[in-house]
Amino acid sequence: MRKLKSSSSEMELDRPNIEEYLPIESIQHHHENLRLRDLLNISPTLTEAAGAIIDDSFTRCFKSNPPEPWNWNIYLFPQWCCGVVVRYGILFPARVLVLTLGWIIFLSSYIPVHFLLRGHDKRRKKIERYLVEIICSFFVASWTGVVKYHGPRPSMRPKQVFVANHTSMIDFIILEQMTPFAVIMQKHPGWVGLLQSTILESVGCIWFHRSEAKDREIVARKLREHVQAIDSNPLLIFPEGTCVNNNYTVMFKKGAFELGCTVCPVAIKYNKIFVDAFWNSKKQSFTMHLLRLMTSWAVVCDVWYLEPQNLKPGETPIEFAERVRDIISVRAGLKKVPWDGYLKYSRPGPKHTERKQQSFAESVLRRLEES
Amino acid sequence: MGNASSMLTQYDIEEVQEHCNNLFSQQEIVSLYQRFCQLDRNSKGFISADEFLSVPEFSVNPISQRLLKMVDGLNFKDFVAFLSAFSAKASIQQKIELIFKVYDLDSNGKVTFNDILEVLRDLTGSFMSEKQREQVLSHVLEEAGYTSTSALLLDDFIKILGNSDLKMEVEVPVD
Repeated sequence: MRKLKSSSSEMELDRPNIEEYLPIESIQHHHENLRLRDLLNISPTLTEAAGAIIDDSFTRCFKSNPPEPWNWNIYLFPQWCCGVVVRYGILFPARVLVLTLGWIIFLSSYIPVHFLLRGHDKRRKKIERYLVEIICSFFVASWTGVVKYHGPRPSMRPKQVFVANHTSMIDFIILEQMTPFAVIMQKHPGWVGLLQSTILESVGCIWFHRSEAKDREIVARKLREHVQAIDSNPLLIFPEGTCVNNNYTVMFKKGAFELGCTVCPVAIKYNKIFVDAFWNSKKQSFTMHLLRLMTSWAVVCDVWYLEPQNLKPGETPIEFAERVRDIISVRAGLKKVPWDGYLKYSRPGPKHTERKQQSFAESVLRRLEES
Repeated sequence: MGNASSMLTQYDIEEVQEHCNNLFSQQEIVSLYQRFCQLDRNSKGFISADEFLSVPEFSVNPISQRLLKMVDGLNFKDFVAFLSAFSAKASIQQKIELIFKVYDLDSNGKVTFNDILEVLRDLTGSFMSEKQREQVLSHVLEEAGYTSTSALLLDDFIKILGNSDLKMEVEVPVD
């Protein structure tokens, strides 16, 4: 390196200094001796820590987008007030009415079908599926969902799973109104839980508790059974395992990618002009989330059914998951972050810290040997 | 969380700015305040150790436990003062002072052989043996003209680190 520099002409001085672009460790490699100053200088580690305190990619994934205020203006303000009156005074009651009507229609046909057609499983399942689709359409109508579906509609075939990015439980409703998916989801408390264990069970949905390790095995077994069955509804998995604010994608869990099935990616992107569809489940109950949607002008969103993907030879399930995440992120315009969404509920393991410690220890030892 | 910037008046911002020797611009302080409120989930007025650790990028840092002893329970003013050493405007001296404080956790103004060893233990974990660490440390101390019994003062730190280029800068995102 030094030789090169001394022989170079003065023109070379204008060139960018390549060392500035290299990571710190490779620069340190130049001094052979380990000196006290190198050992005491903890600035890289400190800077990393301060950087994480000031801003970090993980917290950004779960930040609700505050609505853009546009009404702070003397002549826009009255318009905004009119909007509030229309949204809360006219739209909201009308939507409640629509939703109630939907429930009446749904329950008055679901209950008789469920109990009277006990003997005819096949026919009963078909009608129930249809009814679930209908109630989902009512839900979408209750927030005036303007949903654009792109790409070919999913077909019912064995040995395929659908994976989508996850923003809110309404993802499921939006997808369900078109196709009767069987979904894998966290078990919720309250009325949602009741729906899960009664009605949605009939579409073949699988529920689990995130925190219970035993549930994981049961889900894995149920998954395999479900995929093998010819007659079952197509399976829908949200591999992020948690709701993200629709600007980022967190790591995909590999479970959906090691079933040996064709994976059909679905990308969902919400338009935030009227309302932010992100469900921050730590701050808001699902009921409040729905009320927020029902008092907004509309929920605008795009759904893309993307080209089915298969595991390439020599690819691990994790690499496969990353590849599918890439496809979805590009289509929906989301940024990828290297974090596991479950870190919302638990601390990261020692693995990451150990990797940093290892690289530091190795550089110290290597340079000690050289001196 | 609401509109956090509206909760800070011009006076508040100026007060905080003074407290951190004007190392942050007013916009940066507004950004830091929003971040502070975001991390202080229950709006207690300070950020607890647990809330710091909820940031995965922080909690995987090898010296996070050590730093927690410095930042746990800081109010906004002191939070900004702590971070001010990472401002691009901060002098080398201020940056070294912060490094010194990380070593000198009991703040008696002296950094002993054991203090350095402790930090080294955090940084290397199980990938170096205790014996190796002691060996490395006495070796470099002797080479620099100290012994393993001598205690380093802030002036020593400035002498040792002063002419190395410390890259200790973090940009505050301003929208």
